[in-house]
Amino acid sequence: MAKQREVWVFIEQDSGNVSPVSLELLGKARELADQLDGRVCGLLFGEGVADRAEMVIHHGADEVLLAQAPELGAYRTLPYARVAVDLVKEREPYIFLLGATPVGRDLAPRIASACWAGLTADCTSLQIGDFEFRDEVYEDLLYQIRPAFGGNIIATIVNPETRPQMASVREGVMQMEEPDETRQGAVTQISPQFDPADLVVQVLEREMRLPCCDLKGASVIVAGGMGVGRKEGFDLVAELAHVLGGEVGASRAAVDAGFIAKDHQVGQTGVTVRPRLYVACGISGAVQHCAGMDQSGTIVAINSDPQAPIFQLAHYRIVGDLHEVIPQLVSAYRDTAK
Amino acid sequence: MAYNCVVLVKQVPDTANITGKAMKEDGTVNRAALPAIFNPEDLNALEMALQVKEQYGGIVTVLTMGPPRAAEILREALYRGVDRVVLLTDRKTAGSDTLATSYALKCAVEKIGEYDLVFCGRQAIDGDTAQVGPQVAEKLGLPQITYAEAIESLDGSEIVVRRAFPLGTETVKGALPCLLTVVESANEPRPPSARRVVSNKLAAIPQEYPALLEKWPEFETEEKLDEYLAARGLKITVWSGQDVGVDYDRVGLSGSPTKVLKIDSVVLGAEGSKEFEASEAGVSALVRELVEDYIL
Repeated sequence: MAKQREVWVFIEQDSGNVSPVSLELLGKARELADQLDGRVCGLLFGEGVADRAEMVIHHGADEVLLAQAPELGAYRTLPYARVAVDLVKEREPYIFLLGATPVGRDLAPRIASACWAGLTADCTSLQIGDFEFRDEVYEDLLYQIRPAFGGNIIATIVNPETRPQMASVREGVMQMEEPDETRQGAVTQISPQFDPADLVVQVLEREMRLPCCDLKGASVIVAGGMGVGRKEGFDLVAELAHVLGGEVGASRAAVDAGFIAKDHQVGQTGVTVRPRLYVACGISGAVQHCAGMDQSGTIVAINSDPQAPIFQLAHYRIVGDLHEVIPQLVSAYRDTAK
Repeated sequence: MAYNCVVLVKQVPDTANITGKAMKEDGTVNRAALPAIFNPEDLNALEMALQVKEQYGGIVTVLTMGPPRAAEILREALYRGVDRVVLLTDRKTAGSDTLATSYALKCAVEKIGEYDLVFCGRQAIDGDTAQVGPQVAEKLGLPQITYAEAIESLDGSEIVVRRAFPLGTETVKGALPCLLTVVESANEPRPPSARRVVSNKLAAIPQEYPALLEKWPEFETEEKLDEYLAARGLKITVWSGQDVGVDYDRVGLSGSPTKVLKIDSVVLGAEGSKEFEASEAGVSALVRELVEDYIL
């Protein structure tokens, strides 16, 4: 019997905290593996992270490849790439997914280059399908779908011949599945071997802060764009967000203009969100912004320009000045909630 | 101690300023309608290399791969004070994906020869992949330091770099030679110097000679123009794939592991869109509907 096709997911963790995108990817990998009649493997590297293996299995893995070593403590490109490349060469996975985080996008190309494997960056959708090329039909390939050209086009990329088919995937675009605590799986211990050359880069200091808002987890987002006009204008946006129990988002233009901190940026170069309700205030709707919020449940757009592209995306449209409409929204909601 | 720096740069369509004109009727991008610019973060990489040169001495070489038109950004680099520019251009490399591109660039960097530091922009604005830097590093067998924001110290064979992340910074120590990918927040790239524009504006590749002769008929023939430029160090070095020892099976469309299956235009649209008037009554009606539908 032919070897089962393996779908691999790199499990990103920092001091034992597993990145949400890794869990989102396990759910997607499970779906892809079921279509391929294959199995899901989670790659868990670190120091003292063995107790996370169960979580990886509960989120969809059949097997966890667990590599633990002091050299794998804080993430560093070369030792992580060494372990991953050795494993790829040994087990020849069919598909290999990583989160498109700063770590994933540092590691994935290093692995792809060492394996001469095709890699697509920052995918927003993954599917299985066929590909015809020069009179040959390749079956069951991974369709790696991503925006390109600043979000103006959507490209579908395939790797017909090289394995693994590698992709980094945007945070927040795949739905995280509920863990199944009855799921069983195997944990395989890997004994990593390092070259002195793998260890030449050392981390001297790290200073990470918490984000000032949680856009990814928010069920309501009120976002402002250039139409907000100035920094103080965001007080109005924040007031509506507060009244509705949501978070404040912003377009790239508003962030670039210095109206609000970059943590709030929604869009292709910011955070991808899928809240229940998205209220776009004074946002024109550049494709690069829409790419980060078009999966929202309900979209309300307020803009003084009736031709603004955001209106093509909105379920509810108000053509008017946000400085008048937002206070009306606040008082109307307060009246209803009474 | 002086350091030799190689900077990898790319000419890109200006995707940040795409207007309706740049989209064709079938929804694909009309590259010809977009201005071609120096990839923004590559200018940050160039600036970092120039600062290393100013502080410690050494040579800055700028390398790009692309069509002959990419010579434009090499002149831009000369205007900012680099010592040497190289254009890697070859029809057979057209259609290369990031891996094939990295391989071709690696061959060219090896031909440039001795280097201590290789700089790249973090990513290019046309593809936004951020893959070429790390892949070139791997192909050259160099350590990579991505998201570099500042070189904190450089001492013989040791480098300390501050890396920038969306939520913080990390400081790492590495060994030379190594490859850095540089982020936008690293520096304010210098503008071209007027003096250097004057002295380098004739810098050209042979493919540009006919256009130059039209502008400066006093040179009369391409041979005379070539002689003139060569004598003043204004002939931009042009290499083909063969010149740098590229294995043609590993570049171009057929040498690229990734293939584009299709391109779709972005279609935005919501079903059953509804408009409410911008008045107290209109806004109240909207809120009522959102509450009734359990959205609020």
